[in-house]
Amino acid sequence: MRRSLIQLRWLARRSALRTLRRPAAFYPSLLFPLVLLVITTGGLHLSEHVPGFPATSYFAFALAGAFVQGALVGGVNAGVDLATDMQTGFLNRLSLTPTPRRLVILGELAGAVVLALSQAALYLIIAVASGVRLASGPGGAAVVLALTVLMSLAFSSFGAFLALRTRSSEAVLGTFPLTFVLLLFSSFFMPRALMHRGWFATVAAWNPVSYLIEAVRGLVITGWDTGALARGFAVAGGLAGLAVALTALTLRTRSVAA
Amino acid sequence: MGSTARSGAGPCIEAAGLVRQFGKDIRAVDGIDLSIGYGEIYGFLGPNGAGKSTTVHLLTTLLPPTSGRASVAGHDVSTRAGAVRQAIGVAMQEVALDPVLSGREHVLLQGALHGLRRSERVRRGGELLEAFGLAAAADRKVGAYSGGMKRRLDLVLALLHRPSVLFLDEPTNGLDVPSREALWHQVRRLAREDGVGVFLTTQYLEEADALADRVGIIDLGRIVAEAPPGQLKAEIGRPTIEVTAAEPAEEMAVAATLALFGSAVPARPGALAIRVEDATSGLVEIMRALAANGLALGHVEVRQPSLNDVFLAKTGRSLEGATEQAERVGA
Repeated sequence: MRRSLIQLRWLARRSALRTLRRPAAFYPSLLFPLVLLVITTGGLHLSEHVPGFPATSYFAFALAGAFVQGALVGGVNAGVDLATDMQTGFLNRLSLTPTPRRLVILGELAGAVVLALSQAALYLIIAVASGVRLASGPGGAAVVLALTVLMSLAFSSFGAFLALRTRSSEAVLGTFPLTFVLLLFSSFFMPRALMHRGWFATVAAWNPVSYLIEAVRGLVITGWDTGALARGFAVAGGLAGLAVALTALTLRTRSVAA
Repeated sequence: MGSTARSGAGPCIEAAGLVRQFGKDIRAVDGIDLSIGYGEIYGFLGPNGAGKSTTVHLLTTLLPPTSGRASVAGHDVSTRAGAVRQAIGVAMQEVALDPVLSGREHVLLQGALHGLRRSERVRRGGELLEAFGLAAAADRKVGAYSGGMKRRLDLVLALLHRPSVLFLDEPTNGLDVPSREALWHQVRRLAREDGVGVFLTTQYLEEADALADRVGIIDLGRIVAEAPPGQLKAEIGRPTIEVTAAEPAEEMAVAATLALFGSAVPARPGALAIRVEDATSGLVEIMRALAANGLALGHVEVRQPSLNDVFLAKTGRSLEGATEQAERVGA
């Protein structure tokens, strides 16, 4: 057990270092959600005056989207990194050690989760520095971080699953636009209660990303909304369970040999 | 910890009827049998696409066999893959390193994954980096290393945990002559002094000839010949004496004299060649006969049979030609 933890720590360390030492990969994924947050706030801040809008600050309302977007982009990056390791043969190097292969993949994901956690902590600091007061207090911030870990695990595992299936970093990177589809067709810009009862509201209701955003959003602008939190954790946990199971199954049936 | 146990009696690599099939038709490895001892350097020779790397992947647990069985360091590759990986060191054909990590970071990562204690990782890693001439560059990112430095780091990582069986998949590809000879020296030392079993794949005849105690020649997934290099060469052929006449006008007369001592074989343009039973005595007799007839030679060359001749005899194709053909198909 101790040996496995040491192996996991070193694999996670390498995974995180690889991202941190490539500024061209790291900074865009760190800053892009913040840029989008600033742009949407600039364009949609008058929504604060729409009757029934749940927040007095659109920035605080939209903040939740940055956490989910960060986890989504981090998931794609984790998949791209794993596929690159397969293409270059580095995964073979790791797989030729006595470290169990599931631990090798988990190590790659752990690095992505650590980065997502750091990213979320930075977003919280920026939010507080910008005048946002979390309605749920410091405890809520801890729950936001916990939910971020679960979201990151889910999306990174989907990235790993795609990497193991396709063995192509280009193929995994090709799913990047899907992150925007998931974000745009959710309650990212507007609460679902204010959406026109049409196809968009239906899509947003079926889109799991809506529930992740609403769980974080509740902690920021409402307080302890147990219903939203339960739905958010259930969706994140369900996605993580599904993605980890798919990844484990793929790992069992497909060779990692380049 | 590294597996340093040497089972003196048993083989370090054993395979029986090993098969790896891709899809319905392609049998990359087609029923290979192997038995390799500790302290032995086994050269696995064949052209590109013959099945060398797939065999290495099977023996190192990267690929499961389709059928047949194999054991490495006494452990079955299918059922005890973790124990196999603990015992082996592998340097793959493609040097796979992370360009943003330094050489030392690679060593520490590899040591941790092999379960070496921290002090051992640092000490053993430092020794090997020094031995392979990488100590000064150890803290530089690998992305800035030359091809030869990357290859040497790859070998450091393969040897870090003191493996009892070493797989080297075309290890001298891209190395300059001094680096290649240094590597050969290291491989010989590991086998002779430490009793490490070495499975070396190569497409270079001189490498197999210089290093291997035994050579297995693989073609189209099957081992077509297996013996010590000298024995293989002795089995298939006799030496060749190739000459050119000093005066072109005397070429016919020289050819007639040569024909008394052996059968003619193809030679370079402008040259004549015969195959003889014994190179030394044959050459002396030929020179005497030519002198007696007043004939002089411009050039004389004695060629011993090569592993390429062995490959040619066993497959009907030249090893170099087979490699070039495979490369053209691959391109």
